[in-house]
Amino acid sequence: MKALRRWQLYQHITGSRSIIRRYFVVNGFDGALTMLGIVMGFYVSGADNLEVISSTCLGAAVALCMSGISSAYISEAAERERELKSLEEAMVTDLHGSAHGRAARLVPFWVALVNGLSPLIICLVIMLPLWLAAAMDGFPMDPLLAAIIAALVVIFLLGVFLGRITAGFWLWAGIRTLLLALLTCGIILLFSTL
Amino acid sequence: MVQVKKLMLDVLKPHTPNSLDFASALAEQGPDYRVTFTVQEVDEKTETVIIIIEGQDIQFERIVETISEQGASLHSIDQVEVVSGNPSHGQ
Repeated sequence: MKALRRWQLYQHITGSRSIIRRYFVVNGFDGALTMLGIVMGFYVSGADNLEVISSTCLGAAVALCMSGISSAYISEAAERERELKSLEEAMVTDLHGSAHGRAARLVPFWVALVNGLSPLIICLVIMLPLWLAAAMDGFPMDPLLAAIIAALVVIFLLGVFLGRITAGFWLWAGIRTLLLALLTCGIILLFSTL
Repeated sequence: MVQVKKLMLDVLKPHTPNSLDFASALAEQGPDYRVTFTVQEVDEKTETVIIIIEGQDIQFERIVETISEQGASLHSIDQVEVVSGNPSHGQ
C-alpha cells in the first residue's frame, strides 16, 4: 500500500499518467495499423505460408516494441532530467534523494515499458488467428481474413478507449478509428491493383 | 529529557506535492501530530510555506527527513516550544 502511494506520488510529480495514456494509445494504434498493413499485404498477394507470415508479423511486433521502449526512455529521461534541474535551480537544493529525484529516474522506465509493450501486445492479439490456424486443423475461416478482422476490432476498441477518456461519445470515437483502418485497407488494395 | 511540543518552520517547497499531501505526509510521522500549513508566497515553480506542527513529542529528525523526501527545503525554525520531560526537574 505504501509502495502504491509512493508510486502515485511519483506519477503526480511527473504528470506521467496522461503521458502513459497517450503513449498507450498512440503506439498501440501504430502497432495495430502496422500489423493490419502487413497482414493485408500478405492477403492481397495470396500468400498462404503461415510460418512465413507469422515470423514476419512477429519480427515487426518485436521491432515496434524495442523502438517504443528505447525512444520513449531516451526522450522521457531527458525531459525529466531537464525538469528536475530546473526545479533544483529554483529550490537551490539538490533533489537527488527526494521523491522528485526518484520520480525523474523511475518514471521514464515505466513510460518506456508501456510505450513498448502496447504495440507488442496488440500485435500478438492480431496474430492470434494465425497461430490458432497453424496449431489446429479445420480453422473455420481464412486465417489472414480473421487476423484482418481482429485488427479492425482492436482499432475500433482503441478508438472507444480514446472516446471514454476524453468523455466523448465512445461509439463515434470507435467508428472514427475504424474508418481510418478501413481507409488504410482501401489504399493497400488500391496499390495492389496497380 | 526534553520534549518538543510545537514547531513553526519556514519551508520552501515545489508546487507538487500539494499542501494537503505535504501536510498529510508530515502528520503521518507521529501518532498525535497536528499540522497547520500556511502558504506565504507563490512563484512559478515553488511556494514558501509556514508549517506549524504540534504534538506531545515531535521527532524533529523525522520531520526534516520528510520535508527533504517531499522535495522541499527547510529555511528556518521560526518558533519552538519545548518542555522538560522530567517532572522533578528544578525542585
